[in-house]
Amino acid sequence: MSDITKQSLTELVKNIKDKKLSSTEVTKAFIDRSEKSKELNSYVTEDFTSALDKAKKFDQKPNLDLKLPGVPMAVKDLFCTKDVKTTAGSKILNNFVPTYESTVTDNIWKEGAILLGKLNCDEFAMGSSNETSFFGSVQNPIDKNLVPGGSSGGSASAVAGKLTPITIGTDTGGSIRQPASFTGTVGLKPTYGSCSRYGIVAFASSLDQAGPMAQNVKDCALLQEVISTYDPKDSTSIDFKRNQYSKELTNNIKGKKIGIPKEYRVDGMPKEIEDLWQKGIEYVKDCGAETIDISLPHTNYALPTYYIVAPAEASSNLARYDGVKYGFRAKGENLIDMYEKTRSEGFGAEVQRRIMIGTYVLSSGYYDAYYLKAQKVRKLIKNDFDEAYKKVDAILTPSTPSSAFKIGEKTNDPVSMYLNDIFTVPVNLAGLPGISIPAGHDSKGYPLGLQIIGRAFDEQNILNIAFAMEEKINFKNKITDWWIK
Amino acid sequence: MSKKNSEYLINRKDNQYEVVIGLEVHAQVLSESKLFSTSATKFGAEPNTQVSLVDAAFPGMLPVINEFCVKQAIKTGIGLNAKINKRSVFDRKNYFYADLPQGYQISQFKDPIVGEGKVILDMPDGQKEVGIERLHLEQDAGKSIHDLDPQNTFVDLNRSGVALMEIVSKPDLRSPDEVSAYIKKLRSIMRYLGTCDGNMQEGSLRADVNVSVRAKGSKEFGTRCEIKNVNSIKFMQMAIEYEANRQVDLIEEGKLIDQETRLFDTKKNETRSMRSKEDAHDYRYFPDPDLLPLEVSDEFVNELKKDIPELPDDKKKRFIDKFKLSPYEATILVSDIDTAKYFEEVVTKMGKNKDMKLAVNWITGELFAVLNAKNLEISQSPVSAKNLAILVNLIKNGTISGKIAKTVFELMLDGDKDPQKIVEEKGLKQQSDPKALEALIDKIINDNREKAIEYKQGKEKLFGFFVGQAMKASGGKANPQLINEILKKKL
Repeated sequence: MSDITKQSLTELVKNIKDKKLSSTEVTKAFIDRSEKSKELNSYVTEDFTSALDKAKKFDQKPNLDLKLPGVPMAVKDLFCTKDVKTTAGSKILNNFVPTYESTVTDNIWKEGAILLGKLNCDEFAMGSSNETSFFGSVQNPIDKNLVPGGSSGGSASAVAGKLTPITIGTDTGGSIRQPASFTGTVGLKPTYGSCSRYGIVAFASSLDQAGPMAQNVKDCALLQEVISTYDPKDSTSIDFKRNQYSKELTNNIKGKKIGIPKEYRVDGMPKEIEDLWQKGIEYVKDCGAETIDISLPHTNYALPTYYIVAPAEASSNLARYDGVKYGFRAKGENLIDMYEKTRSEGFGAEVQRRIMIGTYVLSSGYYDAYYLKAQKVRKLIKNDFDEAYKKVDAILTPSTPSSAFKIGEKTNDPVSMYLNDIFTVPVNLAGLPGISIPAGHDSKGYPLGLQIIGRAFDEQNILNIAFAMEEKINFKNKITDWWIK
Repeated sequence: MSKKNSEYLINRKDNQYEVVIGLEVHAQVLSESKLFSTSATKFGAEPNTQVSLVDAAFPGMLPVINEFCVKQAIKTGIGLNAKINKRSVFDRKNYFYADLPQGYQISQFKDPIVGEGKVILDMPDGQKEVGIERLHLEQDAGKSIHDLDPQNTFVDLNRSGVALMEIVSKPDLRSPDEVSAYIKKLRSIMRYLGTCDGNMQEGSLRADVNVSVRAKGSKEFGTRCEIKNVNSIKFMQMAIEYEANRQVDLIEEGKLIDQETRLFDTKKNETRSMRSKEDAHDYRYFPDPDLLPLEVSDEFVNELKKDIPELPDDKKKRFIDKFKLSPYEATILVSDIDTAKYFEEVVTKMGKNKDMKLAVNWITGELFAVLNAKNLEISQSPVSAKNLAILVNLIKNGTISGKIAKTVFELMLDGDKDPQKIVEEKGLKQQSDPKALEALIDKIINDNREKAIEYKQGKEKLFGFFVGQAMKASGGKANPQLINEILKKKL
């Protein structure tokens, strides 16, 4: 069964349900491939022995009514997993083993899935290339020394490299969609409030949202169906009627109105991206949808707004990592000295940069000029979308302004790194759902993605559009398994 | 009404200074569980046994508002005649400390749950209104224990996340006595409402005291100092007294007062600087993104209004109007809800033919003396309201004299005995049979013929001698009124 890892989630589920494959066989196949793929550095923590035990246990008494029966799955190391080390890609949590499970992962295990391990990510999800991880950068299976994007870089790499049939990431400013775009995979950032944040290491609470990352739209819809639940343990979780996303998935998008925002045609955008976008427009038209030029006038302010709001919240969210209660503690002369040493040694440079930015913008005398103003602009950005959705059902944009870049290429230029998220960040600020699907390749053969942005709670609609486009695009990832010796 | 007599002024040579005080009272919400978690809040539990993952700020843990605490805060707001804000916001107050696991305290900064209100104080020279600026909900921190080990600090997180109401007064208080009355009134209102137990020994009620001074008659406020975390009324008064005098001395010396935070040293009875305005923390308040704004509907507030019991001011008015108590008596009886409850039970148990005045005197006299001596709360009274009512009735209907009643009361203390039974068992019933008393008095007059003659000749003070003899002969049980009447007739 050498082709097990090439199967999509949907195929694996069907084969397990039809008893053509056992959970043990599937789990073993992904463990074997993961073992051979250490060079990708996708994993922070492997939980293979335990995974095999669980698979065997599942096979002894298989419950085939579940949505993910005996399917092995590795998850981003930002989700707290009971009794399995959870690091958030940081030294400061290098020894942290939660006694509790995040709601999202709990939902997954309840549907029969089995934890393979924890996937690498940028430290506290702060980064766009997975290079800020304490556990080292991650290789993009597309090409050697290519970043997989970030912050869910390990997740994207693992799905593209087929070390896991599917995974979950988190997206604060593009951390699911950008790596999906860089690796030729599908990534959905759900509406804020769709997936519980309980048990997810917080980066920026008002923006963080978990979501599925998959090889295709249908798999993505199935996992979204599993992870999206109302959770009273998260005060920002929203109790709305959730669809059976995979069952209700349709490629019929005739008559849908798709907005094309002119502001996303940014200066210096490579022609390849522009062309891809044009192709995308043709695809949706081919599917019977109508495209309409729209304006999202405050788009330009989204990135600076994001880089005030997100660091502000992060500076406060990360205050709890102080060496007192859990995690890394450096020796200090006194309490203050211990704090300073713990946080200087425990946090990496990018995290420290953002804590400082955040502390600054919240400081007395600067609050109004930065944080308060950013909140006002955020409202304007949201209003832009509200206006647009009076005319259109969804919005089509490129996912990223470029394809994946080389490891080390942008590490010394934070602003250029931040620009990666220019198309994804407005969606988080507005709390909307957005999906990135692979739509083509650049001249180097690296994947490029298109993003479909929906109305709040309208995941079904963007999944349908993505599903219809996927058929037309018929994208094939060019992966040579170069890392497998 | 003149306030001159009780005006609290600090005198220096020719100058008189007025003291201006505002309080930030931290009142622990009476609630079984914490503000944002389900952990218990029992006082005195073993360290770190009432701590959830949320209280200890584990990664990914999120606060969820405890609706009961919200209700308690709104009820308190209603009790303070205050505006209930239908929309309030929880903010993060950011600072680092070992007993603050999140690295921030969740509080309310710009939009508190309760806005302006007022409290009426009953001062000896009349009523005084004190403005309430606001009331907001916030989390308590944990406790750092520095004295268990020379090298290490221990942290107890039991208190971490416990709900507090911070009640901020306007700078309307003018003396230590007013501060005392204000705290007592707040405590009284909250105890009536059941929103805070007001127990200062257990830290359920503590205050930051803002003090400034100004020349008498001046309209401008002076520079204020904040004395942090004072946990008894006596210490508040001592701290104000010290601090006001310190500030006056500075002014008299021509020096400036620094706006600063000070600590009160209870051993040395002085305040000392903790940090200056320049060193003040920058708390970087911002709305907590983990929590949505707190919105309450009119219906929600109106439902709570139905739960509000009769509060001390109304109760006092009723006691005066219905029971014809003096304002002074009424004030004493309503100040503590348990005292008021006790009194009202006595009133009920006395039945139709009751002597209100006598009941008040017995409660505020004998009973209070016993409670004081035994250091008991009225809720722990060794004499139940029912039995005290019986005792008062026994006096009222002439079964026993007031003097005998004191003996009976002493005996009641041991196991809340029924006074009726004591009177019967000990044969303490008052002799009110005129015939028997006449015979007794005849005998006394006979035995003391010479004194009787002296009395008749005008030595009137001998009347007391005969009363005494008669009482003695009756073993103290003779009805004194009857004795008087008979003696007057016979002598």
